Amino acid sequence: MKGNEAIAEAAIRCGVDGYFGYPITPQSEVMETLMDNKPWETTGMVVLQAESEIASINMLYGGAGCGKKVMTSSSSPGISLMQEGLTYLAGAELPCLVVNVVRGGPGLGTIQPAQSDYFQAVKGGGHGDYKLIVLAPASVQEMSDFVELAFDLAFKYRNPAMILSDGMIGQMMEKVEMKPFKPRWTNEEIAEMHPWATTGKPASRERNIITSVELDPNAFERFNLKLQAKYKTIQENEVRCEMINCDDAEYLFVAYGSSARICQKAVDLLRAKGIKAGLLRPITLFPFPTKQIQSLAGNLKGILSVELSMGQMVEDVRLAVGQSVPVEHFGRVGGVIHSPEEVVEALEKKIIGG
Amino acid sequence: MAIDIKEIIKPENIVYKKSSLLTDNVMHYCPGCTHGVVNRLVAEVIEEMGIQEETIGVTPVGCAVLLYNYIDIDWQEAAHGRAPALGTAIKRLRPDRYVFTYQGDGDLAAIGTAETIHACNRGEKIVMIFINNGIYGMTGGQMAPTTLEGMKTATSPFGRDASHDGLPIKITEIVATLPGTSYVTRQAAHTANSVRKLKKALKKAFLNQKEGKGTSFIEVVSTCSSGWKLNPVDSNKWMEDNMFPYFPLGDIKDE
Repeated sequence: MKGNEAIAEAAIRCGVDGYFGYPITPQSEVMETLMDNKPWETTGMVVLQAESEIASINMLYGGAGCGKKVMTSSSSPGISLMQEGLTYLAGAELPCLVVNVVRGGPGLGTIQPAQSDYFQAVKGGGHGDYKLIVLAPASVQEMSDFVELAFDLAFKYRNPAMILSDGMIGQMMEKVEMKPFKPRWTNEEIAEMHPWATTGKPASRERNIITSVELDPNAFERFNLKLQAKYKTIQENEVRCEMINCDDAEYLFVAYGSSARICQKAVDLLRAKGIKAGLLRPITLFPFPTKQIQSLAGNLKGILSVELSMGQMVEDVRLAVGQSVPVEHFGRVGGVIHSPEEVVEALEKKIIGG
Repeated sequence: MAIDIKEIIKPENIVYKKSSLLTDNVMHYCPGCTHGVVNRLVAEVIEEMGIQEETIGVTPVGCAVLLYNYIDIDWQEAAHGRAPALGTAIKRLRPDRYVFTYQGDGDLAAIGTAETIHACNRGEKIVMIFINNGIYGMTGGQMAPTTLEGMKTATSPFGRDASHDGLPIKITEIVATLPGTSYVTRQAAHTANSVRKLKKALKKAFLNQKEGKGTSFIEVVSTCSSGWKLNPVDSNKWMEDNMFPYFPLGDIKDE
């Protein structure tokens, strides 16, 4: 099945309560698949087409505030419209899932794949000091698996999570092993598991207020420090990455999502030539696998960050290794996708020859 | 024979008291502001219907942003204009709950126009309470979408010019045209009689929700003494003379 369809199928199976979305290429199959499946007749999941991405993300706020598992999906221009909502969700410490099937920008740009929303996803995007938990699938299987993982992490840390995919992973078809059905939480379970949620105030507790406003500067500074402590815990505990041929590697690709798939082939081509190349594939973009990259740096002659962007993740790779290893960027943009041969050539020119 | 005050203060003589759902927090509203009265009426209706445990309210950005400090129910505080989107999701995911939004004119009729219209058009089974005082109070008295023609504000210091800014929007008449709304009314809260009528309208709106009817929409034409730069008594007079002719009171739709 298609990556976008896998997202929808996984959502129904892992007990998502609500999907709120607005059509945009290249991810409209997510809502189409959900509507086709009519999960409201089986699991009771709500699926609603909103009037805009702005409404969608605020519907997530309302649903998440009730302790429900809620999600949306969109693509780059739509995700830009959601940035206000995302900072409110982060500020109110609400868990939810936003899927970004990235297309090329800036502006209306193209409907073709890109990875040029890395900064927006990882560095905040909206106003204020906040972070999303960002997962980067590199296969249709991971599109499916990461739905549940994203909700687990979102609820564990009461923080919005994002699946940062791209038009290639969203549109390509692969075999997927789906997980078994999990029932949705009952309202009673939610009231017990998420005592912060607005479920209707019983006499037994104080009223719950979901808000991101705090007018006392000292209290709000304390809140910001609490958020930062949470992000630090996430950074320490939740890094996920895949290392391919890294043990003896002299040259390292760092690439996520569809670029990682291309780099995997490039590693094979380089190894066939006798060049010891490896690939580190970040699975979590926040938290970024900084320590994992640092642990390899001692043996490396150079690192090439390969992204379908003009060079965004490369900044985090440089921050990880400092001046100890040369770090360069390579990437095609505007919907153009680099070939493994181009990636090999880039490594040879920019790193080996450089 | 002189009556001792202690003879009068007895439970059996109580004719009016604060709703048990109103907290002891001191309201931040300016003297003469309509918000305090409407807050109280909402608390009374929820109390009288016995639905405290089943009600979830949504507050706006604007003067009512801190409304959650005053009524003892579960609340969510929305981004500016987005309360109907929150209300939509809350009601869809918790159809067993009473859900209402409480918004001002800038929130509901300017930045949140799309959310307002589409929630009403979908017939979301929620109550929307709309405080229209023709001005942005919280930010210091700027021109609102409902500011009357010629009315002076911080951003229309020479009066609202229709050729430049258009005429004030009648969002309540607009939502009344949408098939999703079941009850649309315009009320006030500046006299004993208008307070009684508004409370009746609020109760009807919550009962509509109980019966599963479409959106109930209640506009309350209100005063903003600070923003209008009038004392509370003159504000009421100004509202009667100027706001009511443009925003006439009464039911617009009742199905």
